[in-house]
Amino acid sequence: MWEAPLRADRFTPSMSGLRSAREGASDFQPSTDSMATEIQLPDSAARAAETPTAHDTLSEKLVLNMGPSHPSTHGVLRVVLELDGEIITGAQPEVGYLHRGDEKIAENMTYTQFIPYTDRLDYLAPLSNNVAYSLAVEKLLGIHDELPPRCQYIRVMCCELARISAHLVGLGAFAMDTGAMTVFLYAFNERETIYNLIEALTGARFTTSYTRIGGLSRDIPDGWLGEVRKFVDQLPRVIEEVEKLLNRNKIFIDRTQKVGILPREMAIAYGVTGPNLRGSGVEFDLRKNHPYLCYPELDFDIPVGTVGDCYDRWLVRIEEIRQSCRILQQCVQKMPEGPINYNDPKLLLPKKEKVLTKMEELIHQFILVTEGPPCPPGEVYFEAENPKGQLGFYIVSKGGGVPWRLKIRSPSFVNLSVLPEILKGHMIADVVAILGSIDFVMGECDR
Amino acid sequence: MTPLEAASVLRERFGEAVSQPSEFREELTVRVERDAIVSVCRFLRDDPVASFDVLSDVSGVDYQDEEPRFEVVYHLYSYKNACWLRLKVRVPEDDCICPTVTSVWPGADWHEREAFDMYGIAFRGHPNLRRILMWDRYPYYPLRKEFPLAGKDAPLPDEDIDAQAKPSPMAGGPFVSAPGGPTTIEREPRGKGEN
Repeated sequence: MWEAPLRADRFTPSMSGLRSAREGASDFQPSTDSMATEIQLPDSAARAAETPTAHDTLSEKLVLNMGPSHPSTHGVLRVVLELDGEIITGAQPEVGYLHRGDEKIAENMTYTQFIPYTDRLDYLAPLSNNVAYSLAVEKLLGIHDELPPRCQYIRVMCCELARISAHLVGLGAFAMDTGAMTVFLYAFNERETIYNLIEALTGARFTTSYTRIGGLSRDIPDGWLGEVRKFVDQLPRVIEEVEKLLNRNKIFIDRTQKVGILPREMAIAYGVTGPNLRGSGVEFDLRKNHPYLCYPELDFDIPVGTVGDCYDRWLVRIEEIRQSCRILQQCVQKMPEGPINYNDPKLLLPKKEKVLTKMEELIHQFILVTEGPPCPPGEVYFEAENPKGQLGFYIVSKGGGVPWRLKIRSPSFVNLSVLPEILKGHMIADVVAILGSIDFVMGECDR
Repeated sequence: MTPLEAASVLRERFGEAVSQPSEFREELTVRVERDAIVSVCRFLRDDPVASFDVLSDVSGVDYQDEEPRFEVVYHLYSYKNACWLRLKVRVPEDDCICPTVTSVWPGADWHEREAFDMYGIAFRGHPNLRRILMWDRYPYYPLRKEFPLAGKDAPLPDEDIDAQAKPSPMAGGPFVSAPGGPTTIEREPRGKGEN
């Protein structure tokens, strides 16, 4: 007679008991006398004695851990799934495996010293985090809409390059999780060109720390605009090829359409932002609705989905790459001349030759480096449209160069909170597709 | 409706529970009494003119030397009016509880869990008030001002691993300074391993 194999649900299957499931995991003692840890099946009489008689064994649920170390969870995310066979009846994401205490660190260093930490938030698009943070501090100073035009255009170019880069990773990883490995490599090949551009601009491929409070660390090198134009001209062809591979591919469509539907009201109620929100049909993009930098002067569209499934989010991201290419082309054409830093000698480091020869510049340099930018007391909240969503910085300042509190409103943190709702009713194989389509980054989620 | 109009409507309707709005850098902040926060939030979300349908962020702030010590800050956004509003609730240290707004916006769930995790502010009525970034049995509230930047020693979640674990090499910070020593030579921070 076939006996149902011993299931993990002997440690309480209820959702509130998930904690006891984790704690009770040590109750399960596999036999240790053979080489492979062979599970000891008790005989059916013992099992029947153990379980209540009114219990139907086939309807017991399995608690499965999709652990923090998993190739498809896109970073260190742990999802504790409650399964009824193959169908997910409950999911609890557990975050915090990459928590590094960024907000505590921010309370102990000057605003300028914190810029390298912002690189490491959404580490797939470090330039956009730099820009968002600098704009937040500049809003505190009251100068965020008075930056010189060249600075604004360069920052927009940084944001859009970062957006293309982050979307390429998101799309590539999502496609790879559904089985299409080729797209992943095509995307990363294009990212190599972006990395080369970023390295020429900032000095580092990855952790750029490019912006400064009130401006940028250096101007764009000669010939960089031409390189960007070359890259942006050939990128749509690669995107087209990716689309030809997947958009009408039956397997991809079956795996992504009607999967992970995020209803519009749920997206708004949970505060989901970015391509996930737009995939669910809400036409909202901070670059259009609350423009900052020079976005009002640029011509681009916002792709909006209809159904809110994984396929819609895929299409939204692909179209956003195209729109970013459009923005970059306009920026290259319109790049104005002029200074790249806000004109305030007390805010930005003076020229080195003056520091070494003049007293006033030496004092400014010293005070700026040791005390930090002279921020007024007050609080600001600034959100920027990052590739993953809206990255917000809430800065409470008591005056001086060190914030009293810096809260990072992370888009990935909020986007992940909707996971228990949208995973319900799907099968295990869909988990990977849904996680890929939400496109979160644990560095940003956990800070 | 501009944020200023929303704030004056709030003042009319809720009276003294809602303070006069203050403005800084074109952002409006309204202080709300702890017991009124849920009804204020529900009103702001449901009122067809105010319609603050999104809760962007809930943060805790520790004002160490002020009484009440903690503050819970809510950032609301309205798609219809395209404006932000900030609500602040002061919570005293000895009665560190604030009512939850998850009944108004389910997205507040994780934000409030983080405020609980980092500051110890409990949210009355929260469906799942557990730590979110730190492990469940972590004994401290890290973002409180008295918690040192270098961290405090805490037992690891698994007792067997904790028994075998050696102290972390960077515990106490990379440069450990001894405050209160008689001369600057004693107080000077030294690298690990230096005498």
